Amino acid sequence: MSQFVYLSFDGLSRGAVYAAFALALVLIWRAARIVNFAQGAMAVAAVYAAYSVTAATGSYWLGFVVAIVAGLVLGVTVERVVMRFVDHSSPLNGVVVALGLVLVIQGVLGIVYGNEFRPVPTPFSRDAFEVGGVALLSRYDVFVFAAVGAVVLALTLLFTRTNVGLRMRAAAFAPDVSRLLGVPVGGMLTLGWALAAAAGSLAGILVIPTELGLHPTAMDGVFVAAFTAAVVGGLDSPIGAVAGGLVVGLLLSYVSGYLGATVAPMAVLLLLVVVLLGRPGGLFSTTTARTA
Amino acid sequence: MTSALLEVEGLTAGYGAAPVLHDVDLTVHPGEIVAVLGANGAGKTTLLRTLSGLVHGRGRITFDGTDLTGVRVERMVHRGIAHVPEGRGVVTELTVDENLRLGGLWRRDRADARRALDEVYDLFPPLAQRRAYAGHQLSGGERQMLALGRALVGRPRLLLLDEPSLGLAPRVTGQIMALLRDLRERTGLAVLLVEQNVRSALSVADAGVVLALGRVVARDRAAALSTDDDLRHAYLGF
Repeated sequence: MSQFVYLSFDGLSRGAVYAAFALALVLIWRAARIVNFAQGAMAVAAVYAAYSVTAATGSYWLGFVVAIVAGLVLGVTVERVVMRFVDHSSPLNGVVVALGLVLVIQGVLGIVYGNEFRPVPTPFSRDAFEVGGVALLSRYDVFVFAAVGAVVLALTLLFTRTNVGLRMRAAAFAPDVSRLLGVPVGGMLTLGWALAAAAGSLAGILVIPTELGLHPTAMDGVFVAAFTAAVVGGLDSPIGAVAGGLVVGLLLSYVSGYLGATVAPMAVLLLLVVVLLGRPGGLFSTTTARTA
Repeated sequence: MTSALLEVEGLTAGYGAAPVLHDVDLTVHPGEIVAVLGANGAGKTTLLRTLSGLVHGRGRITFDGTDLTGVRVERMVHRGIAHVPEGRGVVTELTVDENLRLGGLWRRDRADARRALDEVYDLFPPLAQRRAYAGHQLSGGERQMLALGRALVGRPRLLLLDEPSLGLAPRVTGQIMALLRDLRERTGLAVLLVEQNVRSALSVADAGVVLALGRVVARDRAAALSTDDDLRHAYLGF
């Protein structure tokens, strides 16, 4: 029982990171109908920027802020300099360009920083509290929950309570109509990319210290889990992304804990296949996919 | 007559290399309802899309004495031009209230935007009862009310209205045409009305132009067009 409780909390903590990353994928999918395969590489680049600042100043928090700001800047740059010029007549074009970006970003990071794993500090202890002899959460897990929770809450308020959020949703759902109503659709798209990249960077700076360390490919595994989370929840659904992230986090934790870590990637792929076969639009999708 | 609100001269436009509109001239005066008539593929929708900047064209478009060449689509509402596109353009994922608010978000005068929103709810009571409904939950008539109402929140001077009767019962179409007349009387709104329902359009319009294969083949007062037998048989199908 104690192992189950521990695995549950561990899974939820990891799932919160997947949720933030899946949310980043969903934001861009909703705005541009592109699965941003470069999201992981962009997040790693932002974490490298944070790593440099923390190394130079000794301040984790300054590095944390730099990671988020670097994410915003990268999001704007990628949209304005690259994605805006992609021919969207075929959905594959955006995917291929994003994959090309992965190679470019990872290559540049490898040239600048080298290819060794670098340890990244955490601001709080990762030792779990024990309640009644059962290990539950570490202070770092609480920080992860709080950070992801704050982002989810902020994005929810932005999209549901503000005029900018209304413009962003309208621009994503009906770009031509929105332009006729005076919405600067291009600007909203850029803002969507910026926010998504910042959410991805947050996921990066939260998860990389808990894994092998900082490396140009450090987010590749996280991308697979978060992409699965986004598909499980429904690529069009922010709530689905958060729920999907938690589901994938729990699944990975249980499978790793009970069956072994080597089985975990297969469990994620199995979940992806089952959802795609049973409910291709995702568990939180409101649209029905054609079956014939 | 007063000076023209919208003047179009020598407008040629289309998609890619093949023009859909050829050398179109058109004038709309303040408070005037002008019907654009013609068969499927005549270029009616392309004409409206070119006027609002969604399609690039060559020629001269002047609104209230100002050249509209190079004005971006999203700036047209600032000039006083509202376009209700074919199929109504209701954002079906948003609620009725969000759709209507969207129509006034560009306005600096927030207080008047709120007043305009309230006026639209007064004008269309069914929308007031369904504020929290998503666009996809509305009937065709309600969607048309929503699309019209959303345009009115911006207090336009010219309304570009594309096929408002499409898919609607004759009774609802009649109500919409009556509303256009009423708006014209009360607010001085000018309307460029694209319609396949020729009788309905000519019943409300002051003037009309007939398009065939992208060219203006006739222009006259609405009453004259509806009694021109040759024209009716050749182009208007009634």
